[in-house]
Amino acid sequence: MKNSIRLLAILMIAGVMPAQAALKVLATTPDWGALTREIGGERVDVYVATTALQDVHRVEAKPSLVARARSADLVVATGAELEVGWLPVLIQESGNSRIKPGAAGYFEAASAINLLEVPSKLDRAMGDIHPQGNPHIQLDPHNIATVARALTARLSALEPAQATYYAARGKDFDARWNEAIKRWEAKAAPLKGESVVIMHRDQAYLCHWLGLNEVASIEPKPGVPPTASYLGQLVNKLTAAPPKLILLNAYNDAKPANWLSSRVHAPAVVLPFSVGGSPEAKDLFGLFDDTINKLLAAK
Amino acid sequence: MLSFRPVAALFALALLPAVSGAADDVGALRAELQALKNEYGARVDALESRIQQLEAAPAVVADVPPPAPEPRVASGSNASAFNPAISLILGGSYTSTSRNPEDWNIAGFPPSGGEVGPGERSFNLGESELTFSANIDPYFAGQLTAAITGENEIEVEEAFVRTTALPDGFTGKIGRFFSGFGYLNEVHAHAWDFVDQPLVYQAMFGGQSRQEGVQVKWLAPTDLFFEFGAEVGNGDSYPATRDGGNGLNATTLFTHVGGDMGDYTSWRAGLAWLDSDAEDREGGIADGAGVPLFETFTGNARTWVVDGVLKWAPSPRRQLKVQGEYMRREESGEIADGGVLLADDYRSTQSGWYLQSVYQFAPRWRVGARYDSLDSGTPRYTLSPDGLLSSDPERLSLMLDWNPSEFSRLRAQYDWDNARDAGEDDRVLRLQYIYGIGAHGAHKY
Repeated sequence: MKNSIRLLAILMIAGVMPAQAALKVLATTPDWGALTREIGGERVDVYVATTALQDVHRVEAKPSLVARARSADLVVATGAELEVGWLPVLIQESGNSRIKPGAAGYFEAASAINLLEVPSKLDRAMGDIHPQGNPHIQLDPHNIATVARALTARLSALEPAQATYYAARGKDFDARWNEAIKRWEAKAAPLKGESVVIMHRDQAYLCHWLGLNEVASIEPKPGVPPTASYLGQLVNKLTAAPPKLILLNAYNDAKPANWLSSRVHAPAVVLPFSVGGSPEAKDLFGLFDDTINKLLAAK
Repeated sequence: MLSFRPVAALFALALLPAVSGAADDVGALRAELQALKNEYGARVDALESRIQQLEAAPAVVADVPPPAPEPRVASGSNASAFNPAISLILGGSYTSTSRNPEDWNIAGFPPSGGEVGPGERSFNLGESELTFSANIDPYFAGQLTAAITGENEIEVEEAFVRTTALPDGFTGKIGRFFSGFGYLNEVHAHAWDFVDQPLVYQAMFGGQSRQEGVQVKWLAPTDLFFEFGAEVGNGDSYPATRDGGNGLNATTLFTHVGGDMGDYTSWRAGLAWLDSDAEDREGGIADGAGVPLFETFTGNARTWVVDGVLKWAPSPRRQLKVQGEYMRREESGEIADGGVLLADDYRSTQSGWYLQSVYQFAPRWRVGARYDSLDSGTPRYTLSPDGLLSSDPERLSLMLDWNPSEFSRLRAQYDWDNARDAGEDDRVLRLQYIYGIGAHGAHKY
């Protein structure tokens, strides 16, 4: 009797198994991968397309990514054309119609956010500009909170049977995250109004959040590397009013920032930029802890 | 004067309904407004009562995600809102050769009739490539790539419709398209790493092999990239020809496997088989003295293609790409001269390969080297002349390019070109520009 009950139980579990297979998620950046894991927990099987040491503008639709896109139930992308050079090809080549733009399996984080720097004029003479606005939204934790809520809703819509699970995890994350935001904002208060030189527009949301005062950009235009004469002008301009910090990301070329740092006597701070961009930035909490620690340490 | 009266009457008649209509409209608007006011009043009351209810039971509220902000709606619903994405490539080159490019040929290979060789000397306008693409409906997407040539001709490079909603990893294509075999065949000219195609592509396919027909591809549901493709077409592309019948003169089967090795290295390898039928295909193989052995070929060509590519990208600013392809073609059939059958047991086996490497050593700079090698073999048939020699054309190319942005490229390429018969080696210098405007193109691997 006992054995037959056990057998029945095993059969029942086996029967339920396919329904419980984890949702396969392809995240374009480590940040969206980390956020999906926070909310999806053990219900999601996340594959991250890039690392923090890659430039997300310049990724290739390589075979391993096409293969992952083929079996993905959900693509979590930044959107706002950040991945325009490779994600459309990836989705097309995958032959997976569930993750087409517009389908339930295609999620764009930026569509939940009011983007900064929406250009009033579109012209490639202005450099590598994004028509829908600055897509590098992840360095403002308030954006992460908004995207987390939208992602929770999307996961629930994809798996209605698991909606309570996702809602509970989403709520838990939201509580921990808001707690952390308060902590970070209190800790980073002394940074407010400090003048900084940034590398690329992908630091704009961080500056906006912390109230850092951007006085110059090492790139003369988005995506355009600095020339010697441009750097020369920058030195002249900044020697008169030296910035407190020079910010660059883990994936950036450190040479121009270090060169400028030695000329204008302001420290160059390498920020993780994405989850995995520094040993401390193991998850989203670590990303912001480390970013603020590094800023405060260099100040 | 009289004649004005009817006109005035007509005007009055025309205006009358408009005026009375306006009076009617005002009344109607008032009524509508009142109705709206009533409706909103009711809604506000309903919402207030709901808020009171929810406040009484607060725990439930937090679970409901707040509504996402209003999605940004594409502005304008005018006729151009559904216009396809348009991109335009502008290109051209300056060519300097040590020999007359008009007598350029690949020794031992029949002329493939495509755009082959170093091209004309001095400045040349390249193909201006115009691409339109868009989704057609929820099931199909379409694309047209037209090349406007320097000779003022418009050529349809690709014009196809592909599926976007087939299940289980299947995709289909119909129309004219670059065949999916190998690595370089599908790549458009503006995305090549050298000014021209490798010699083996020029000799075997006259540049790029095009299908006019149908393609079906299937991607396996595995973590390893594993795709299979099959195509049938009318045979409009060398080495096949169209014939008067209903036949499908070009069949292609191909497969690709690929994946990653560690964080920085990715690879893809492929194998393909092409079966092409030709009828009265012009262009024969010449003997050592340059005299053609025959004029036309009718028969079958079977080609095997092996391709491989490996990319190593240790930083966003550096990348090494190594690629190579090997092709082997066997032709069998009849040869004729001036309509007179020379032999019906003609057989020829020809092969070739290239290996190239491109290294991006700075954000805007790339350097590359390519080696081409071909083996013409010797044709065999009854009464074939004795002492026919095989040729082994070869070429070495060096390339340097500068890319001010994603959309512009300036390139210099120098070739030691021994494609002609031995002793007729050519030196070719080409300076090339490639610019892209319009929609942001996304390139394949």
